[in-house]
Amino acid sequence: MPVALTGALLLAPTASAGWFLPESGGSPNADGIRTLYILIAVIGLVIFIGVEGLLIYSMVRFRARKGRVAAQIHGNTQLEIGWTVGAAAILIFLTVFTFLLLPKIKNPARTDIGLNGQPVAAVGADFASTDQPAPPGDNNLNIKVIGQQYSWNFQYPRIDNKRVYANNDMYVPVGMTVTLDVESVDVAHSWWIPALGGKADAIPGYTNKMWFKIPLDAIKQGQSQVVYTGQCAELCGRNHADMVARVIGMRYDDWKAWYDSKAQQLQQAETEAANERKKLQSSEGQ
Amino acid sequence: MAAFPARPQIIAREVDRPRRGWTTWLTTTDHKKIGILYLSTVLVFFVIGGVEALLMRIQLGTPENTFLTPEKYNEILTMHGTTMVFLVIVPVWAGFANYFLPLMIGARDVAFPRLNAWSYWMYLFGGIALYASVFFTPPEAGWFSYVPLSLKEFTPSNGQEAWIYMVHLTGLSSILGAVNFIATIHNMRAPGMGWGRMPLFIWSILIYAYLIILALTSLAASVTMLLLDRNFGTNFFDPNEGGSALLWQHLFWFFGHPEVYILVLPAFGVFSEILPVFARKPIFGYKAIAAATAGIAFLGMLVWAHHMFATPMSTVVLAFFMLSSFLIAVPTGVKIFNWVATLWRGTVEWTVPLLFCVGGIATFLMGGITGIFLAVFPVDWQLTDTYFVVAHFHYTAFGASAFAMVGALYYWFPKMTGRMMSEALGKVSFVLFFVGFHLTFLIQHSAGLDGMPRRIYEYSSASGWAVQNLISTVGAFVLALSVLLTIANVARSLKRGVVAGPDPWKANTLEWFTTSPPPENNFDTIPRVRSVEPMKDIRRQIERQTGVPQRFEAGKPMVRA
Repeated sequence: MPVALTGALLLAPTASAGWFLPESGGSPNADGIRTLYILIAVIGLVIFIGVEGLLIYSMVRFRARKGRVAAQIHGNTQLEIGWTVGAAAILIFLTVFTFLLLPKIKNPARTDIGLNGQPVAAVGADFASTDQPAPPGDNNLNIKVIGQQYSWNFQYPRIDNKRVYANNDMYVPVGMTVTLDVESVDVAHSWWIPALGGKADAIPGYTNKMWFKIPLDAIKQGQSQVVYTGQCAELCGRNHADMVARVIGMRYDDWKAWYDSKAQQLQQAETEAANERKKLQSSEGQ
Repeated sequence: MAAFPARPQIIAREVDRPRRGWTTWLTTTDHKKIGILYLSTVLVFFVIGGVEALLMRIQLGTPENTFLTPEKYNEILTMHGTTMVFLVIVPVWAGFANYFLPLMIGARDVAFPRLNAWSYWMYLFGGIALYASVFFTPPEAGWFSYVPLSLKEFTPSNGQEAWIYMVHLTGLSSILGAVNFIATIHNMRAPGMGWGRMPLFIWSILIYAYLIILALTSLAASVTMLLLDRNFGTNFFDPNEGGSALLWQHLFWFFGHPEVYILVLPAFGVFSEILPVFARKPIFGYKAIAAATAGIAFLGMLVWAHHMFATPMSTVVLAFFMLSSFLIAVPTGVKIFNWVATLWRGTVEWTVPLLFCVGGIATFLMGGITGIFLAVFPVDWQLTDTYFVVAHFHYTAFGASAFAMVGALYYWFPKMTGRMMSEALGKVSFVLFFVGFHLTFLIQHSAGLDGMPRRIYEYSSASGWAVQNLISTVGAFVLALSVLLTIANVARSLKRGVVAGPDPWKANTLEWFTTSPPPENNFDTIPRVRSVEPMKDIRRQIERQTGVPQRFEAGKPMVRA
């Protein structure tokens, strides 16, 4: 079995996702989950083939035929203790392996580039699970993800005192660790971009945590962005199926340009709205 | 039966004139008639729930389909889940237990026959309360009715109230039924039937009954809170008013996971009864199986939050529920090993009930293994709320419960009606059932891994899920055909089945001691029980006294049917 295991782990990066494995490739946590999945799949497959094999074998080999007599066996204590302990041992192994891989999946990876676009020197890891203190916040991009029937709203942190928000399309720089605070304003939703890791339920009244880091080399040569799609994974009403989201990874400079222009657009729209309001107020006043 | 010492007992048979006519079905307190009422009602709801599944499969068969509106899809989704859980699988075991529990333990009825009748009528009216809403506004917040979606603000229709009343009525029905089963099992076993000689199906019903009392009472309280929140201004679940939306999920799954074992433990009991009969070999590890049943029930109370791994929870909690879910795999595995060992070195007769049981075990094993994936919480973060989970729980709930219930029907039909079902038709039905099931659900694992969430009414052709869904839809129709064949088999065999006699299978337990169908008082004489397999002892005794061979001989057909 160790041979099969090593083989499967080696094959993992090249095997195609979709029919047999969870999606991955967009973030280290998704890759970690996939490794864990493969390990369980190998153990599960061995057990599955073994037990189904025995079941089919006993059905065929011991099928009733003339002259055959059934052995009147009531049990075998040693055998029964053996398989109870065996089953428990496999589960202990799985537990150990899960906890070995857990930090890679749960704790946000160190970011490669900071919010200013400069490479980041190795400092202490950041944490973003619900029972850990919030990350320091100067190097990560922390986005508030707000679910509502039936769209996702993203609130970006202020950079250079600009305010940016977006709907359904989340633009992020590749190579930067993105931490998400997942919330909801109405019913329960679930944030999920399969290639970027697991789900985070968005439950009104609670803040859930999720993170991802798109690798620097995810954008193929000659292209300017990489797109990951997903959709709400918790029944949230009649149009649950239409609550889709995209995460669009860009090179830092492209992303910064998007951020600045988005901030300007929003600023402009707000100024126009304010002027509109003033006009209305003054016309009402006349 | 001169061999058995006469014991003083009351025999009502042929003292009262037997009552006939359809009104007796309304007034009956006979556990056998009530059992048949349960089973026939279950059959009706099973067909309705199956048609709902087919409607969903048609809608999802092709991308961007407009066969159902989003509203109708959510309604049908809710009705399918609710029907199959509350109106089919829980009551089907109440039905089989009603009919066979007293017979298998050598009793003349359940402990409280009138309460028993009331349980059945509460169940029927619970189902009617739910289905009456179809003519107005059916519920549409899912069988799990997560808040805040199920609160008045987001689901204003009264279908949600219909759902709550159904939960209350069927819940009360199940709780009273459970009290009845517990009282009967504790007090009314045949002389000599100690705890160590009780049939394993009865063990599973006893534990099913205790789980019902623990889980369904909790659900009754939870849905009452929902009812109050919706209609009387309380705010248990409204986060804007200081309530907690997560509280409902905890309360619901505190019921919901024991419920899973309420659905499957009796199925395990059926496997444990039928396998030894047709392997012609005692059950392997009787005590281990009984203990595993109790172990699963106990651990089953401690695993509920593994349904909520993606909600905001601390790592300690996640780890606890992962480990408790792992633990439950051990007694479950023990049972599967014991079943395989029961077949080992037996003389296995490939009868239809046995095929359904072995097919069920083979299928359930797959569901058990995918359960390990889901118990590992980081992996669950990817898999939860996808079609992988839909596949997983159909492999467990359908794999164990539905296979077992059809197997139990073929096995016990001769006792209930006095006639055998057609084996040939049954085998065709089994093959279609097995193939149809795996065609429908195996591929759903892939759809889920490929990112298809549950409970969506449509998907785009760009998603790449079209092939998986089309295969699944074809499988669903194969499965439906199999169910139709079995129903046709029942209809045919009621009139034209081969006459069964008291013990057509040469089985092990006491229900085969009496005539088929049994008289109203079940037994004129209740034999003393000397082992787990009293019928084997009785056949041996008859053989000794009359010299006529009673034992099973391998390869000799038992009954032509």
